[in-house]
Amino acid sequence: MAANEIEHLIRLMGRLPGLGPRSARRAALSLMKHPDTLLRPLIEALGTCRDAISICSTCGNLDSHDPCSVCADRDRDRDVVCVVQEVEDLWAMDRSGSYRGLFHILGGTLSALDGRHPEHLRITALLERVEKDGIGEVILALGATVDGQTTAHYLGERLRPLACRVTRLAYGLPVGGELNYLDQGTLDAAMKARQLLA
Amino acid sequence: MEWQDEGIVLGVRQHGERDALAILLTFEHGKHAGLVRGGAASRNRALLDVGNRLQIVWKARLAQHLGTFTLEALAQPGAWLFDQPFELAALASACAMVDAGIGERDPYPHLYAALLRLTGRIGRADDWLADYVRFELMLLREAGFGLDLETCAVTGATDGLAYVSPRTGRAVTAAVGEPLKEKLLPLPPFLANAVEHDTWQIAQGLRLAGYFFSRHITGPGDRMMPLARERFSGLVDDLAGEGPGETAENRTTE
Repeated sequence: MAANEIEHLIRLMGRLPGLGPRSARRAALSLMKHPDTLLRPLIEALGTCRDAISICSTCGNLDSHDPCSVCADRDRDRDVVCVVQEVEDLWAMDRSGSYRGLFHILGGTLSALDGRHPEHLRITALLERVEKDGIGEVILALGATVDGQTTAHYLGERLRPLACRVTRLAYGLPVGGELNYLDQGTLDAAMKARQLLA
Repeated sequence: MEWQDEGIVLGVRQHGERDALAILLTFEHGKHAGLVRGGAASRNRALLDVGNRLQIVWKARLAQHLGTFTLEALAQPGAWLFDQPFELAALASACAMVDAGIGERDPYPHLYAALLRLTGRIGRADDWLADYVRFELMLLREAGFGLDLETCAVTGATDGLAYVSPRTGRAVTAAVGEPLKEKLLPLPPFLANAVEHDTWQIAQGLRLAGYFFSRHITGPGDRMMPLARERFSGLVDDLAGEGPGETAENRTTE
């Protein structure tokens, strides 16, 4: 039987994404067994994050500075803003290395079922930013789902009066994808967005 | 308990970290919710997109339990419409209206067939906008609030129908309705047997269906019209402009 303090820790850790009660128990035990090499550094890191991390007032990213390191990076192309749903999407796009512009985190997609209306997303902030900073291109990198694309079209309509180019990511075959393993929706989208080879 | 059926995705909510709660319109079992294990995983998200037609196996210990779905895609009409904002909005709207319009676990085989037909025609058939309006009127009928647009409520005439009573949902001819036209709803001619229609008539048809949907279905429960429907009717209104003239068939979408 674990002590109340450890049970409390296990309960808290079990609420984290990717951890169930069993894996939370293993993680908690591991922390208890390595107080100096794991537990203390983790406590310090958590404390530091709690004190230092905030939401960037420009793009919505999480960072210890405001504006965040992405917005403050003068080497980035400041004429282009890539709109993504969540922070993890920003990280994924940035990891790819294929894009060196700025970002804007929307905070989700429009959803009738979840009652997420335009006012629940950071759309006004995007429009103000595009207008104020004279952004030349907005790339809509939202999910290839009905909700994601409905949101993209909605943003396209709202951005139309502003003098900027609005683009979206391509649909189609994933790298390494074999046709016989792909779902019909992906094949439909790829067929419709086919390109001239030469 | 276990049954197999086919269904169309009306909506999805994430449930916990990995699972999803799917709401489907099935052929034999009506609107039915169920848990989809792993439904929130990235590889399964495309499967649960609104409008998708799926093969379903539902399992639960007791019939009244939520149960779990095992799903396989049969058709994914949404992917074809990703670059067509107007058509994509119509697909989302049709599914949201069905979700809002009927109760769970009562079979609506005719409604299922109509939704299946509509999802196959949106963006592919020339007159799909008229189909959409007729679909909403059918949804009202299936929900128990059908309109009588066949004959005049006063004279019994079948020609010259031009208005609908907002109270009874019955049509009247232009001659009968003229003195009360400020209080009556206009009946677009394409719903009264005329074949030709333009976007203005479509907008009128949506307003007609929306009025009765709001009055009988969303209004009594203080619910809002589905967001997807509001967006679609807004796009149609934008297209229709201030008055009649533009034909739906001549409309171009990007």
